[in-house]
Amino acid sequence: MIRSIARIFFAEWRKLRRPTLLLGTLGAVAFFSVLVSSLLFLMIDSPNGNGDRGIRITREMLSLPSGATQAFSSIGNLLGIIALCVFAAQTAQEYSLGTLRNLLVRQPGRIRLLVGKLASMKVFAIFMTLVSAVISIGVSYALAGGKDVNTTLWFNADGRLEIAKTLLNVFISILGFGIIGMVLGILLRSPISSISLGVLWLLIVENIVGAVKSSTLQWLPGNQLGTIAVGGTETISYTHALSLSGLYVGIALIIATVLFTRRDVAN
Amino acid sequence: MPNLAISVNDLSKKYGEALAVSHTNFQVPLGTICGFVGPNGAGKTTTIRMLLGLITPTGGTGQILGEPITSPEKYLPQVGAMIEGPAFYPALSGAENLRVLATLGGFPQERVDQLLKQVGLADRGKSKYKTYSLGMKQRLGIAAALLPDPKILILDEPTNGLDPEGIQEIRQLLRSLADKGTTVFVSSHLLSELELISEYIVMLRKGEVVFAGPIQELFDQQQPYMIVKTENIGDLEKIMAIAQSAGHHAHIRDGAAHIEGPPDWAGTLNKLAFEAGILLTQLSPQLPNLEETFFEMTGEQK
Repeated sequence: MIRSIARIFFAEWRKLRRPTLLLGTLGAVAFFSVLVSSLLFLMIDSPNGNGDRGIRITREMLSLPSGATQAFSSIGNLLGIIALCVFAAQTAQEYSLGTLRNLLVRQPGRIRLLVGKLASMKVFAIFMTLVSAVISIGVSYALAGGKDVNTTLWFNADGRLEIAKTLLNVFISILGFGIIGMVLGILLRSPISSISLGVLWLLIVENIVGAVKSSTLQWLPGNQLGTIAVGGTETISYTHALSLSGLYVGIALIIATVLFTRRDVAN
Repeated sequence: MPNLAISVNDLSKKYGEALAVSHTNFQVPLGTICGFVGPNGAGKTTTIRMLLGLITPTGGTGQILGEPITSPEKYLPQVGAMIEGPAFYPALSGAENLRVLATLGGFPQERVDQLLKQVGLADRGKSKYKTYSLGMKQRLGIAAALLPDPKILILDEPTNGLDPEGIQEIRQLLRSLADKGTTVFVSSHLLSELELISEYIVMLRKGEVVFAGPIQELFDQQQPYMIVKTENIGDLEKIMAIAQSAGHHAHIRDGAAHIEGPPDWAGTLNKLAFEAGILLTQLSPQLPNLEETFFEMTGEQK
Protein backbone atom coordinates (compact mmCIF):
# COMPACT_ATOMS: atom_id res chain seq x y z
CA MET A 1 0.00 0.00 0.00
CA ILE A 2 2.63 2.55 1.11
CA ARG A 3 4.97 1.32 -1.59
CA SER A 4 2.39 1.81 -4.31
CA ILE A 5 1.51 5.29 -3.01
CA ALA A 6 5.23 6.11 -3.06
CA ARG A 7 5.41 4.98 -6.69
CA ILE A 8 2.42 7.17 -7.59
CA PHE A 9 4.06 10.06 -5.72
CA PHE A 10 7.31 9.79 -7.69
CA ALA A 11 5.49 9.25 -11.01
CA GLU A 12 3.50 12.44 -10.38
CA TRP A 13 6.66 14.25 -9.33
CA ARG A 14 8.21 13.47 -12.74
CA LYS A 15 5.39 15.49 -14.28
CA LEU A 16 5.52 18.29 -11.73
CA ARG A 17 9.25 18.84 -12.03
CA ARG A 18 9.22 19.46 -15.78
CA PRO A 19 10.98 22.78 -16.40
CA THR A 20 8.08 24.62 -18.03
CA LEU A 21 5.79 23.92 -15.09
CA LEU A 22 8.32 24.17 -12.28
CA LEU A 23 10.16 27.25 -13.52
CA GLY A 24 6.95 28.87 -14.75
CA THR A 25 5.28 28.42 -11.38
CA LEU A 26 8.32 29.51 -9.40
CA GLY A 27 8.65 32.51 -11.73
CA ALA A 28 5.09 33.54 -10.92
CA VAL A 29 5.67 32.91 -7.21
CA ALA A 30 8.85 35.01 -7.28
CA PHE A 31 7.15 37.81 -9.19
CA PHE A 32 4.25 38.15 -6.75
CA SER A 33 6.54 37.77 -3.74
CA VAL A 34 8.82 40.58 -4.91
CA LEU A 35 5.88 42.77 -5.99
CA VAL A 36 3.83 42.54 -2.80
CA SER A 37 6.86 42.78 -0.47
CA SER A 38 8.29 45.75 -2.35
CA LEU A 39 4.98 47.65 -2.41
CA LEU A 40 4.54 47.14 1.33
CA PHE A 41 7.82 48.91 2.08
CA LEU A 42 8.09 51.34 -0.84
CA MET A 43 4.57 52.71 -0.21
CA ILE A 44 4.94 52.86 3.57
CA ASP A 45 4.35 56.63 3.59
CA SER A 46 1.60 56.61 0.98
CA PRO A 47 -1.68 58.21 2.16
CA ASN A 48 -3.50 55.53 0.10
CA GLY A 49 -2.06 52.80 2.29
CA ASN A 50 0.48 50.10 1.59
CA GLY A 51 -1.53 46.96 2.34
CA ASP A 52 -4.45 45.03 0.98
CA ARG A 53 -7.50 47.22 0.12
CA GLY A 54 -5.82 50.46 1.27
CA ILE A 55 -4.92 49.28 4.77
CA ARG A 56 -1.98 51.15 6.30
CA ILE A 57 0.75 49.00 7.77
CA THR A 58 2.96 51.34 9.77
CA ARG A 59 6.68 51.24 10.65
CA GLU A 60 5.70 50.29 14.18
CA MET A 61 3.71 47.31 12.98
CA LEU A 62 6.52 46.22 10.67
CA SER A 63 9.04 46.48 13.52
CA LEU A 64 7.19 43.82 15.52
CA PRO A 65 8.40 40.16 15.49
CA SER A 66 5.71 39.52 12.83
CA GLY A 67 7.18 42.24 10.59
CA ALA A 68 9.38 39.85 8.61
CA THR A 69 6.34 37.84 7.45
CA GLN A 70 3.86 40.70 7.05
CA ALA A 71 4.31 40.74 3.29
CA PHE A 72 4.63 36.99 2.98
CA SER A 73 1.31 36.31 4.74
CA SER A 74 -0.51 38.75 2.46
CA ILE A 75 0.81 36.90 -0.62
CA GLY A 76 -1.14 33.83 0.59
CA ASN A 77 -4.16 34.48 -1.64
CA LEU A 78 -2.04 34.91 -4.77
CA LEU A 79 -0.01 31.80 -3.99
CA GLY A 80 -3.30 29.99 -3.39
CA ILE A 81 -4.58 30.93 -6.83
CA ILE A 82 -1.33 29.70 -8.37
CA ALA A 83 -1.70 26.43 -6.45
CA LEU A 84 -5.33 26.12 -7.54
CA CYS A 85 -4.27 26.47 -11.18
CA VAL A 86 -1.43 23.91 -10.85
CA PHE A 87 -3.50 21.33 -8.95
CA ALA A 88 -6.49 21.76 -11.29
CA ALA A 89 -4.36 21.50 -14.43
CA GLN A 90 -2.44 18.47 -13.18
CA THR A 91 -5.65 16.66 -12.35
CA ALA A 92 -7.88 17.68 -15.24
CA GLN A 93 -5.20 17.08 -17.87
CA GLU A 94 -5.34 13.35 -17.10
CA TYR A 95 -8.88 13.43 -18.47
CA SER A 96 -8.33 15.85 -21.33
CA LEU A 97 -5.16 14.11 -22.56
CA GLY A 98 -6.65 10.66 -22.02
CA THR A 99 -3.68 9.69 -19.83
CA LEU A 100 -5.92 8.68 -16.91
CA ARG A 101 -6.58 5.34 -18.57
CA ASN A 102 -2.80 4.67 -18.73
CA LEU A 103 -2.47 5.56 -15.06
CA LEU A 104 -5.39 3.35 -14.05
CA VAL A 105 -4.10 0.38 -16.04
CA ARG A 106 -0.79 0.69 -14.21
CA GLN A 107 -2.38 1.59 -10.87
CA PRO A 108 -6.00 0.42 -10.62
CA GLY A 109 -6.33 1.46 -6.95
CA ARG A 110 -8.12 4.74 -7.59
CA ILE A 111 -8.04 6.06 -4.02
CA ARG A 112 -4.33 5.26 -3.84
CA LEU A 113 -3.82 7.11 -7.12
CA LEU A 114 -5.62 10.15 -5.76
CA VAL A 115 -3.69 10.05 -2.47
CA GLY A 116 -0.33 9.68 -4.25
CA LYS A 117 -1.07 12.51 -6.66
CA LEU A 118 -2.22 14.77 -3.83
CA ALA A 119 0.89 13.95 -1.77
CA SER A 120 3.12 14.88 -4.69
CA MET A 121 1.29 18.14 -5.27
CA LYS A 122 1.50 18.89 -1.54
CA VAL A 123 5.28 18.73 -1.78
CA PHE A 124 5.09 21.05 -4.76
CA ALA A 125 3.00 23.44 -2.62
CA ILE A 126 5.56 23.24 0.22
CA PHE A 127 8.26 24.11 -2.29
CA MET A 128 6.21 27.08 -3.54
CA THR A 129 5.66 28.27 0.04
CA LEU A 130 9.35 28.07 0.95
CA VAL A 131 10.49 29.87 -2.19
CA SER A 132 7.96 32.63 -1.63
CA ALA A 133 8.92 32.94 2.05
CA VAL A 134 12.64 33.23 1.30
CA ILE A 135 12.09 35.82 -1.43
CA SER A 136 9.52 37.83 0.50
CA ILE A 137 11.47 37.92 3.77
CA GLY A 138 14.68 38.64 1.83
CA VAL A 139 13.12 41.57 -0.06
CA SER A 140 11.50 42.88 3.16
CA TYR A 141 14.84 42.76 4.98
CA ALA A 142 16.64 44.45 2.11
CA LEU A 143 14.10 47.29 1.93
CA ALA A 144 13.52 47.71 5.68
CA GLY A 145 16.76 49.60 6.32
CA GLY A 146 16.06 52.20 3.64
CA LYS A 147 12.59 52.83 5.08
CA ASP A 148 13.67 53.14 8.74
CA VAL A 149 11.95 49.92 9.79
CA ASN A 150 13.61 48.34 12.79
CA THR A 151 14.33 44.65 12.15
CA THR A 152 15.83 43.82 15.56
CA LEU A 153 12.84 41.69 16.59
CA TRP A 154 12.41 39.90 13.26
CA PHE A 155 14.82 37.06 13.88
CA ASN A 156 14.80 36.69 17.68
CA ALA A 157 12.94 33.74 19.25
CA ASP A 158 9.54 35.45 18.87
CA GLY A 159 10.36 36.44 15.31
CA ARG A 160 11.39 32.92 14.36
CA LEU A 161 8.18 31.58 15.91
CA GLU A 162 6.19 34.09 13.83
CA ILE A 163 8.02 32.95 10.68
CA ALA A 164 7.25 29.29 11.47
CA LYS A 165 3.58 30.07 12.23
CA THR A 166 3.16 32.08 9.04
CA LEU A 167 4.87 29.39 6.98
CA LEU A 168 2.43 26.82 8.35
CA ASN A 169 -0.60 29.07 7.87
CA VAL A 170 0.33 30.02 4.32
CA PHE A 171 0.99 26.37 3.54
CA ILE A 172 -2.42 25.31 4.93
CA SER A 173 -4.04 28.07 2.92
CA ILE A 174 -2.21 27.14 -0.30
CA LEU A 175 -3.07 23.49 0.23
CA GLY A 176 -6.75 24.37 0.66
CA PHE A 177 -6.76 26.35 -2.58
CA GLY A 178 -4.87 23.51 -4.29
CA ILE A 179 -7.34 20.86 -3.13
CA ILE A 180 -10.21 22.99 -4.41
CA GLY A 181 -8.38 23.10 -7.75
CA MET A 182 -7.93 19.34 -7.71
CA VAL A 183 -11.61 18.79 -6.93
CA LEU A 184 -12.62 21.16 -9.76
CA GLY A 185 -10.28 19.23 -12.07
CA ILE A 186 -12.00 15.95 -11.20
CA LEU A 187 -15.48 17.44 -11.48
CA LEU A 188 -15.01 19.32 -14.73
CA ARG A 189 -12.32 17.13 -16.38
CA SER A 190 -10.96 20.09 -18.32
CA PRO A 191 -7.98 22.24 -17.26
CA ILE A 192 -9.40 25.40 -18.84
CA SER A 193 -12.86 25.00 -17.33
CA SER A 194 -11.61 24.11 -13.85
CA ILE A 195 -9.03 26.92 -13.73
CA SER A 196 -11.48 29.47 -15.15
CA LEU A 197 -14.23 28.55 -12.73
CA GLY A 198 -11.87 28.53 -9.75
CA VAL A 199 -10.21 31.84 -10.54
CA LEU A 200 -13.51 33.46 -11.53
CA TRP A 201 -15.06 32.45 -8.23
CA LEU A 202 -12.14 33.52 -6.05
CA LEU A 203 -11.23 36.78 -7.75
CA ILE A 204 -14.56 38.04 -8.99
CA VAL A 205 -17.59 36.32 -7.46
CA GLU A 206 -16.35 36.36 -3.86
CA ASN A 207 -15.25 40.00 -4.15
CA ILE A 208 -18.58 41.12 -5.61
CA VAL A 209 -20.64 39.15 -3.11
CA GLY A 210 -18.42 40.38 -0.25
CA ALA A 211 -18.70 44.00 -1.40
CA VAL A 212 -22.50 43.80 -1.70
CA LYS A 213 -23.01 42.02 1.63
CA SER A 214 -19.96 42.02 3.87
CA SER A 215 -21.44 39.45 6.29
CA THR A 216 -21.07 36.76 3.59
CA LEU A 217 -17.29 37.10 3.84
CA GLN A 218 -17.51 34.96 6.95
CA TRP A 219 -18.78 32.06 4.84
CA LEU A 220 -17.07 32.38 1.47
CA PRO A 221 -14.45 29.61 1.03
CA GLY A 222 -11.74 31.70 -0.67
CA ASN A 223 -11.97 34.34 2.02
CA GLN A 224 -11.61 31.70 4.75
CA LEU A 225 -8.46 30.33 3.13
CA GLY A 226 -7.04 33.84 2.75
CA THR A 227 -7.82 34.49 6.40
CA ILE A 228 -5.86 31.38 7.43
CA ALA A 229 -2.79 32.69 5.56
CA VAL A 230 -2.80 35.95 7.56
CA GLY A 231 -3.54 34.13 10.84
CA GLY A 232 -7.02 35.60 11.27
CA THR A 233 -8.49 39.10 10.83
CA GLU A 234 -10.45 41.53 12.98
CA THR A 235 -13.74 40.25 11.56
CA ILE A 236 -12.97 36.54 11.05
CA SER A 237 -11.12 34.53 13.65
CA TYR A 238 -8.38 32.09 12.70
CA THR A 239 -10.29 29.20 14.31
CA HIS A 240 -13.47 30.02 12.41
CA ALA A 241 -11.60 30.23 9.11
CA LEU A 242 -9.69 27.03 9.78
CA SER A 243 -12.70 24.97 10.80
CA LEU A 244 -14.96 26.27 8.02
CA SER A 245 -12.24 25.76 5.40
CA GLY A 246 -11.66 22.25 6.72
CA LEU A 247 -15.37 21.56 6.35
CA TYR A 248 -15.53 22.92 2.79
CA VAL A 249 -12.38 21.15 1.67
CA GLY A 250 -13.43 17.92 3.40
CA ILE A 251 -16.86 17.88 1.71
CA ALA A 252 -15.30 18.71 -1.66
CA LEU A 253 -12.74 15.91 -1.23
CA ILE A 254 -15.41 13.37 -0.34
CA ILE A 255 -17.47 14.29 -3.43
CA ALA A 256 -14.38 14.19 -5.65
CA THR A 257 -13.21 10.85 -4.23
CA VAL A 258 -16.60 9.23 -4.75
CA LEU A 259 -16.73 10.55 -8.32
CA PHE A 260 -13.14 9.56 -9.09
CA THR A 261 -13.53 6.03 -7.80
CA ARG A 262 -16.96 5.28 -9.24
CA ARG A 263 -17.05 7.15 -12.51
CA ASP A 264 -16.36 5.20 -15.70
CA VAL A 265 -13.22 6.24 -17.53
CA ALA A 266 -14.79 6.35 -20.93
CA ASN A 267 -12.55 8.76 -22.82
CA MET B 1 -2.54 -21.73 -13.68
CA PRO B 2 -5.58 -21.03 -15.86
CA ASN B 3 -5.34 -22.06 -19.49
CA LEU B 4 -7.52 -19.17 -20.55
CA ALA B 5 -6.14 -15.70 -20.88
CA ILE B 6 -9.53 -14.05 -21.18
CA SER B 7 -12.94 -15.44 -20.42
CA VAL B 8 -16.10 -13.39 -20.72
CA ASN B 9 -19.54 -14.61 -19.70
CA ASP B 10 -22.71 -12.72 -20.47
CA LEU B 11 -20.85 -9.43 -20.19
CA SER B 12 -23.02 -6.38 -20.80
CA LYS B 13 -22.70 -2.62 -20.61
CA LYS B 14 -25.61 -0.24 -20.81
CA TYR B 15 -25.36 3.54 -21.16
CA GLY B 16 -28.80 4.77 -20.18
CA GLU B 17 -31.11 2.82 -22.46
CA ALA B 18 -28.42 2.10 -25.07
CA LEU B 19 -26.86 -1.35 -24.86
CA ALA B 20 -23.21 -0.95 -25.90
CA VAL B 21 -22.28 -4.57 -25.19
CA SER B 22 -24.96 -7.24 -24.92
CA HIS B 23 -24.51 -10.58 -23.13
CA THR B 24 -21.11 -11.19 -24.65
CA ASN B 25 -19.46 -14.58 -24.32
CA PHE B 26 -15.99 -15.53 -25.57
CA GLN B 27 -12.78 -17.13 -24.44
CA VAL B 28 -9.20 -16.54 -25.50
CA PRO B 29 -6.66 -19.32 -24.78
CA LEU B 30 -3.26 -18.42 -23.37
CA GLY B 31 -0.43 -17.82 -25.82
CA THR B 32 -2.57 -17.08 -28.86
CA ILE B 33 -3.10 -14.02 -30.99
CA CYS B 34 -6.77 -13.16 -31.00
CA GLY B 35 -8.19 -10.64 -33.43
CA PHE B 36 -11.07 -8.57 -32.09
CA VAL B 37 -13.12 -7.23 -34.98
CA GLY B 38 -16.36 -5.42 -35.55
CA PRO B 39 -17.69 -2.31 -37.26
CA ASN B 40 -17.37 1.08 -35.58
CA GLY B 41 -19.70 1.24 -32.59
CA ALA B 42 -19.90 -2.55 -32.28
CA GLY B 43 -18.68 -2.41 -28.67
CA LYS B 44 -15.03 -3.39 -29.07
CA THR B 45 -13.55 -0.52 -27.08
CA THR B 46 -16.27 -0.75 -24.43
CA THR B 47 -15.43 -4.45 -23.99
CA ILE B 48 -11.71 -3.67 -23.75
CA ARG B 49 -12.39 -0.93 -21.18
CA MET B 50 -14.37 -3.42 -19.07
CA LEU B 51 -11.53 -5.95 -19.31
CA LEU B 52 -9.13 -3.30 -18.02
CA GLY B 53 -11.32 -2.18 -15.13
CA LEU B 54 -11.84 1.29 -16.58
CA ILE B 55 -15.60 0.95 -16.73
CA THR B 56 -17.95 -1.20 -14.69
CA PRO B 57 -20.05 -3.82 -16.47
CA THR B 58 -23.80 -3.56 -15.95
CA GLY B 59 -24.12 -7.34 -16.21
CA GLY B 60 -22.22 -10.58 -16.56
CA THR B 61 -18.74 -11.56 -15.49
CA GLY B 62 -15.26 -11.81 -16.89
CA GLN B 63 -11.93 -13.26 -15.90
CA ILE B 64 -8.42 -12.38 -16.96
CA LEU B 65 -5.75 -14.91 -16.09
CA GLY B 66 -8.38 -16.50 -13.86
CA GLU B 67 -9.00 -13.34 -11.86
CA PRO B 68 -12.35 -11.53 -11.96
CA ILE B 69 -12.44 -8.27 -13.87
CA THR B 70 -13.97 -6.69 -10.78
CA SER B 71 -10.52 -6.97 -9.15
CA PRO B 72 -8.24 -5.45 -11.80
CA GLU B 73 -5.39 -4.95 -9.31
CA LYS B 74 -4.94 -8.76 -9.29
CA TYR B 75 -4.18 -9.13 -13.00
CA LEU B 76 -3.25 -5.71 -14.41
CA PRO B 77 0.42 -5.97 -13.31
CA GLN B 78 0.65 -8.76 -15.92
CA VAL B 79 -1.30 -6.93 -18.60
CA GLY B 80 -0.08 -4.38 -21.12
CA ALA B 81 -2.61 -2.27 -22.93
CA MET B 82 -3.08 0.49 -25.42
CA ILE B 83 -6.67 1.69 -25.60
CA GLU B 84 -8.12 4.09 -28.13
CA GLY B 85 -4.73 5.13 -29.40
CA PRO B 86 -1.72 6.48 -27.56
CA ALA B 87 -2.21 9.12 -24.83
CA PHE B 88 0.80 10.83 -23.28
CA TYR B 89 1.94 14.13 -21.80
CA PRO B 90 2.87 16.43 -24.71
CA ALA B 91 5.47 18.44 -22.79
CA LEU B 92 7.44 15.37 -21.69
CA SER B 93 9.80 13.42 -23.90
CA GLY B 94 8.89 9.94 -25.11
CA ALA B 95 11.39 8.42 -22.67
CA GLU B 96 10.14 10.54 -19.76
CA ASN B 97 6.55 9.53 -20.54
CA LEU B 98 7.56 5.89 -20.33
CA ARG B 99 9.47 6.59 -17.09
CA VAL B 100 6.30 8.02 -15.53
CA LEU B 101 4.50 4.74 -16.27
CA ALA B 102 7.51 2.60 -15.29
CA THR B 103 7.71 4.42 -11.94
CA LEU B 104 3.98 4.03 -11.42
CA GLY B 105 3.99 0.32 -12.18
CA GLY B 106 7.24 -0.37 -10.34
CA PHE B 107 9.00 -1.62 -13.48
CA PRO B 108 12.77 -1.29 -13.93
CA GLN B 109 13.77 1.99 -15.56
CA GLU B 110 16.16 0.09 -17.87
CA ARG B 111 13.08 -1.26 -19.66
CA VAL B 112 12.48 2.23 -21.05
CA ASP B 113 15.59 2.34 -23.23
CA GLN B 114 15.17 -1.30 -24.25
CA LEU B 115 11.60 -0.71 -25.36
CA LEU B 116 12.38 2.53 -27.18
CA LYS B 117 14.93 0.55 -29.16
CA GLN B 118 12.51 -2.31 -29.71
CA VAL B 119 9.85 -0.05 -31.23
CA GLY B 120 12.34 1.96 -33.29
CA LEU B 121 12.31 5.17 -31.23
CA ALA B 122 15.79 4.96 -29.70
CA ASP B 123 17.00 8.09 -31.51
CA ARG B 124 13.86 10.11 -30.70
CA GLY B 125 13.39 9.11 -27.06
CA LYS B 126 14.57 12.49 -25.81
CA SER B 127 12.29 14.47 -28.11
CA LYS B 128 9.09 15.88 -26.70
CA TYR B 129 6.02 13.77 -27.36
CA LYS B 130 4.26 16.72 -29.00
CA THR B 131 6.84 16.65 -31.80
CA TYR B 132 6.11 13.00 -32.67
CA SER B 133 4.36 11.91 -35.85
CA LEU B 134 1.22 9.77 -35.53
CA GLY B 135 3.24 6.65 -36.30
CA MET B 136 5.81 7.50 -33.62
CA LYS B 137 3.06 8.14 -31.08
CA GLN B 138 1.62 4.75 -31.91
CA ARG B 139 5.02 3.09 -31.42
CA LEU B 140 5.40 4.82 -28.06
CA GLY B 141 1.95 3.54 -27.08
CA ILE B 142 3.03 0.00 -27.92
CA ALA B 143 6.25 0.47 -25.93
CA ALA B 144 4.18 1.60 -22.93
CA ALA B 145 1.98 -1.48 -23.27
CA LEU B 146 5.09 -3.68 -23.24
CA LEU B 147 6.51 -2.09 -20.06
CA PRO B 148 5.36 -4.85 -17.67
CA ASP B 149 6.68 -7.61 -19.98
CA PRO B 150 3.03 -8.65 -20.11
CA LYS B 151 1.44 -12.07 -20.16
CA ILE B 152 -1.48 -10.49 -21.99
CA LEU B 153 -1.17 -7.62 -24.41
CA ILE B 154 -4.40 -5.79 -25.23
CA LEU B 155 -4.11 -3.43 -28.16
CA ASP B 156 -6.80 -1.28 -29.67
CA GLU B 157 -5.96 -0.36 -33.27
CA PRO B 158 -2.17 -0.57 -32.85
CA THR B 159 -1.40 0.04 -36.52
CA ASN B 160 -3.31 3.33 -36.87
CA GLY B 161 -1.09 5.87 -38.56
CA LEU B 162 1.72 3.45 -39.33
CA ASP B 163 3.21 3.17 -42.81
CA PRO B 164 3.32 -0.28 -44.50
CA GLU B 165 6.81 -0.90 -43.14
CA GLY B 166 5.67 0.00 -39.63
CA ILE B 167 2.62 -2.26 -39.96
CA GLN B 168 4.87 -5.13 -40.98
CA GLU B 169 7.18 -4.44 -38.01
CA ILE B 170 4.25 -4.47 -35.58
CA ARG B 171 2.97 -7.69 -37.11
CA GLN B 172 6.40 -9.29 -36.62
CA LEU B 173 6.60 -7.93 -33.09
CA LEU B 174 3.21 -9.38 -32.16
CA ARG B 175 4.14 -12.71 -33.74
CA SER B 176 7.42 -12.85 -31.81
CA LEU B 177 5.63 -11.97 -28.55
CA ALA B 178 3.08 -14.73 -29.14
CA ASP B 179 5.92 -17.16 -29.90
CA LYS B 180 7.33 -16.36 -26.46
CA GLY B 181 3.97 -17.15 -24.86
CA THR B 182 2.36 -13.71 -24.66
CA THR B 183 -1.35 -13.67 -25.39
CA VAL B 184 -2.18 -10.86 -27.79
CA PHE B 185 -5.73 -9.52 -27.96
CA VAL B 186 -5.80 -7.01 -30.76
CA SER B 187 -8.57 -5.00 -32.32
CA SER B 188 -7.99 -3.63 -35.78
CA HIS B 189 -9.76 -2.56 -38.92
CA LEU B 190 -6.90 -3.95 -40.99
CA LEU B 191 -8.56 -7.32 -41.44
CA SER B 192 -5.97 -8.59 -43.92
CA GLU B 193 -3.29 -7.97 -41.28
CA LEU B 194 -5.30 -9.69 -38.58
CA GLU B 195 -5.86 -12.64 -40.88
CA LEU B 196 -2.09 -13.03 -41.25
CA ILE B 197 -1.37 -13.22 -37.55
CA SER B 198 -4.52 -14.29 -35.70
CA GLU B 199 -5.29 -17.81 -34.56
CA TYR B 200 -8.50 -16.79 -32.85
CA ILE B 201 -11.16 -14.30 -33.81
CA VAL B 202 -13.86 -12.58 -31.80
CA MET B 203 -16.32 -10.78 -34.05
CA LEU B 204 -18.80 -8.27 -32.69
CA ARG B 205 -21.84 -6.73 -34.30
CA LYS B 206 -24.04 -4.18 -32.53
CA GLY B 207 -22.71 -5.22 -29.14
CA GLU B 208 -23.19 -8.95 -29.71
CA VAL B 209 -20.68 -11.66 -30.50
CA VAL B 210 -21.39 -13.15 -33.92
CA PHE B 211 -18.37 -15.45 -33.87
CA ALA B 212 -15.74 -16.42 -31.34
CA GLY B 213 -13.29 -19.21 -31.94
CA PRO B 214 -10.36 -20.39 -34.07
CA ILE B 215 -10.08 -18.46 -37.34
CA GLN B 216 -10.04 -21.70 -39.36
CA GLU B 217 -13.38 -22.64 -37.83
CA LEU B 218 -14.72 -19.33 -39.07
CA PHE B 219 -13.48 -19.98 -42.58
CA ASP B 220 -14.81 -23.54 -42.50
CA GLN B 221 -18.27 -22.10 -41.99
CA GLN B 222 -17.91 -20.07 -45.15
CA GLN B 223 -18.65 -21.42 -48.63
CA PRO B 224 -15.74 -21.16 -51.08
CA TYR B 225 -16.62 -19.76 -54.48
CA MET B 226 -15.10 -19.05 -57.84
CA ILE B 227 -15.16 -16.06 -60.10
CA VAL B 228 -15.72 -16.78 -63.77
CA LYS B 229 -15.41 -14.40 -66.71
CA THR B 230 -16.13 -15.26 -70.32
CA GLU B 231 -14.90 -13.82 -73.61
CA ASN B 232 -18.49 -13.08 -74.57
CA ILE B 233 -20.35 -11.51 -71.67
CA GLY B 234 -23.60 -13.03 -72.91
CA ASP B 235 -22.19 -16.47 -72.10
CA LEU B 236 -22.31 -15.72 -68.37
CA GLU B 237 -25.99 -16.77 -68.28
CA LYS B 238 -25.00 -20.13 -69.82
CA ILE B 239 -22.26 -20.55 -67.19
CA MET B 240 -24.86 -19.82 -64.49
CA ALA B 241 -27.13 -22.49 -65.93
CA ILE B 242 -24.25 -25.03 -66.00
CA ALA B 243 -23.44 -24.27 -62.35
CA GLN B 244 -27.03 -24.42 -61.19
CA SER B 245 -27.67 -27.70 -63.03
CA ALA B 246 -24.71 -29.11 -61.06
CA GLY B 247 -26.33 -27.93 -57.82
CA HIS B 248 -24.18 -24.83 -57.17
CA HIS B 249 -25.59 -21.43 -56.30
CA ALA B 250 -24.50 -18.73 -58.73
CA HIS B 251 -25.11 -15.09 -59.49
CA ILE B 252 -23.70 -12.42 -61.76
CA ARG B 253 -21.95 -9.42 -60.23
CA ASP B 254 -19.55 -6.85 -61.70
CA GLY B 255 -19.39 -8.57 -65.10
CA ALA B 256 -18.50 -11.98 -63.65
CA ALA B 257 -20.30 -15.09 -62.47
CA HIS B 258 -19.83 -15.89 -58.79
CA ILE B 259 -20.34 -19.60 -58.25
CA GLU B 260 -20.35 -21.23 -54.85
CA GLY B 261 -18.44 -24.47 -54.82
CA PRO B 262 -15.23 -26.17 -53.78
CA PRO B 263 -12.03 -25.16 -55.60
CA ASP B 264 -11.64 -28.66 -57.10
CA TRP B 265 -14.89 -28.21 -59.08
CA ALA B 266 -13.15 -25.53 -61.16
CA GLY B 267 -11.69 -28.22 -63.50
CA THR B 268 -15.14 -29.72 -64.10
CA LEU B 269 -16.61 -26.29 -64.81
CA ASN B 270 -13.80 -25.53 -67.26
CA LYS B 271 -14.48 -28.80 -69.08
CA LEU B 272 -18.26 -28.23 -69.18
CA ALA B 273 -17.75 -24.68 -70.48
CA PHE B 274 -15.39 -25.92 -73.20
CA GLU B 275 -17.92 -28.56 -74.25
CA ALA B 276 -20.60 -25.85 -74.44
CA GLY B 277 -18.34 -23.76 -76.69
CA ILE B 278 -17.71 -21.04 -74.10
CA LEU B 279 -14.26 -19.51 -73.84
CA LEU B 280 -13.35 -18.65 -70.24
CA THR B 281 -11.03 -15.67 -69.73
CA GLN B 282 -10.91 -16.03 -65.95
CA LEU B 283 -11.58 -18.91 -63.60
CA SER B 284 -10.39 -18.11 -60.07
CA PRO B 285 -11.30 -20.24 -57.08
CA GLN B 286 -11.65 -17.97 -54.01
CA LEU B 287 -11.13 -19.16 -50.48
CA PRO B 288 -12.99 -17.19 -47.83
CA ASN B 289 -10.93 -14.44 -46.27
CA LEU B 290 -11.50 -12.46 -43.10
CA GLU B 291 -12.63 -9.35 -44.91
CA GLU B 292 -15.29 -11.13 -46.99
CA THR B 293 -16.38 -13.11 -43.96
CA PHE B 294 -16.53 -9.97 -41.84
CA PHE B 295 -18.79 -8.21 -44.31
CA GLU B 296 -21.00 -11.24 -44.60
CA MET B 297 -21.32 -11.88 -40.89
CA THR B 298 -21.67 -8.31 -39.74
CA GLY B 299 -23.93 -7.26 -42.58
CA GLU B 300 -21.64 -4.31 -43.30
CA GLN B 301 -21.42 -2.80 -46.78
CA LYS B 302 -18.14 -3.33 -48.57
